[in-house]
Amino acid sequence: MEVTISNIRKEFDLYPALHDVSLNIRSGELIALLGPSGSGKTTLLRLIAGLEHPTAGQIFFGNEDASNRTVQERNVGFVFQHYALFRHMTVADNIAFGLTVRPRATRPAKAEIRRRAAELLDMVHLSGLEKRYPNQLSGGQRQRVALARAMAIEPKVLLLDEPFGALDAQVRKELRRWLREFHDRTGHTTVFVTHDQEEALELADRVVVMSQGKIEQVGSADDVYDTPNSAFVFSFIGSSASLPVERRDGMVFFQDQPIGLATDATGPAQLFFRPQDVALTSEGAALSGKVTASRRLAGARIAEIDVGNDGNAHHIEIEVPLDAVATLGSEIRFRPTRWEQFAS
Amino acid sequence: MHDNARSPAASARKPETFRDAASETPFVRHLLIFAALAYLAFFLLLPLVSIFVEAFRRGAGAYFDALIEPDALAAIRLTLLVAAIAVPLNLVFGVAAAWAIAKFEFKGKAFLITLIDLPFSISPVISGLVYVLLFGSQSVLGPLLKSHGIEILFAVPGIVLATVFVTFPFVARELIPLMQDQGTGDEEAALSLGASGWQTFWRVTLPNIKWGLLYGVLLCNARAMGEFGAVSVVSGHIRGLTNTMPLHVEILYNEYNFVAAFAVATLLALLALVTLVLKAVLERRFGAEIAASRKH
Repeated sequence: MEVTISNIRKEFDLYPALHDVSLNIRSGELIALLGPSGSGKTTLLRLIAGLEHPTAGQIFFGNEDASNRTVQERNVGFVFQHYALFRHMTVADNIAFGLTVRPRATRPAKAEIRRRAAELLDMVHLSGLEKRYPNQLSGGQRQRVALARAMAIEPKVLLLDEPFGALDAQVRKELRRWLREFHDRTGHTTVFVTHDQEEALELADRVVVMSQGKIEQVGSADDVYDTPNSAFVFSFIGSSASLPVERRDGMVFFQDQPIGLATDATGPAQLFFRPQDVALTSEGAALSGKVTASRRLAGARIAEIDVGNDGNAHHIEIEVPLDAVATLGSEIRFRPTRWEQFAS
Repeated sequence: MHDNARSPAASARKPETFRDAASETPFVRHLLIFAALAYLAFFLLLPLVSIFVEAFRRGAGAYFDALIEPDALAAIRLTLLVAAIAVPLNLVFGVAAAWAIAKFEFKGKAFLITLIDLPFSISPVISGLVYVLLFGSQSVLGPLLKSHGIEILFAVPGIVLATVFVTFPFVARELIPLMQDQGTGDEEAALSLGASGWQTFWRVTLPNIKWGLLYGVLLCNARAMGEFGAVSVVSGHIRGLTNTMPLHVEILYNEYNFVAAFAVATLLALLALVTLVLKAVLERRFGAEIAASRKH
């Protein structure tokens, strides 16, 4: 099911949580809403589910306008951050809940419901735990019960709020892989919210980067990492260094010194580059800084350096070759090899 | 020198005398336990025992005579009737109020919580007087209702009203923290799975709060049956008609009919004991489930 979000605006007590957000989610896609807390990603997810209603704008499921449909009518599978399993029901009853509350006319027979619940339990690899109560399960098992429960209603769209947020690192990695397989097997349109970029980049077909109630960029992991379209995305995804620069006469200046980068743009800007995208150099215009600390990180060495004049130095991190001299207090001269500039 | 002074026996004893930093010496421990027990015995157990001793002072015959006497029976019936009206009313109100406060954001919420606490914070006698002012012969409402043949004061409706007023915080107070703690996650999950609001209430919300609700109802019932002050003001003390059990006890006592007074009082004491035992049994039998329903 394709989901189209069109010019959605959401205010809570006059405080805007989302401003004019539009997004097209393709059918069968696994898409991540990624952003820091307060970016509006969970609000957007809840709006798609119908748990919140937009102040303005529309949401389409396929070609149908679902904006005025209730959460029950939208038929979405929602997996809550803390799972919200019904603690007084067994695992089997939890999974069957969505079927047992259907009106008599569309409700399957008891035996059929039991069969479906067993089937779903098998799908999430939890067969044999039918009779357990949620508080007798581990975090990872609860997560999968919640997913099976959401899948029981044969949802058009699967929505997951911080699906791995409450799990420890090891379980998180396993479930992440498992969810990808699960998605590929069932082919549901799936939207999940996360603040963990590694999770989003690894798992999703496309990542929606959000900040302060706006969508900053939508794209594949490669897109958002290699060609970030804003200062926010550049600094939010992966590690980066940034310096305030001035552009004139076709060159980039840092604190009135040319740094060996050419540009057509003019005016003040913020220069961004990744720590590994630098080359050490001994001649020509370049950035230079004093090493304040250095540490070995697997196959590389990370040098922390202060760039710029004393009293107005900027602290950044760059990657230097293992054989480079990066002792404390030594001077390093380098130029970014790949960089972006965003007017400020 | 002190190395030599420590004999092998002393160092072997050492683990036995070792204790946690947070635990007291045996002497202090026993003293504290004794103090608590003595206090309880003096202020709770002794009065309780004395009620039964007084009630049976002239034998079981006199005891049961006092209970089956018509005025006593009328008082018991009236008490049961009042509780049978007040408790269900406050059950419904308590759940509704707790639901509203715990699950919605609205203006005046803090005010509503204060209002719910009001009966706890004012003297029951004042609660009764409020109804006298509202429905008395000097008021606007009283004569109007009377002209339509409806008696509020010095009649059963007044007693019910006063009892409802005094007991309405019990259920709500028990449920509000519980429901606030549980949040709205489960309800949202049920709705997203296609359940209607009604189904969500019966199949998700109610099971989640049932133990808290039961506690609230037990406490509410105990107070509804035992309430004296507010009821005393509005009842008019008409024997066989508007006397509840606590009022009946008072009348008998003032007539120096101690055996009968204490006999009826034993029923109220038994009610309290049954409530306590019921609560303890529930806790023991469903302890794990109660604990599970309290945490998420």
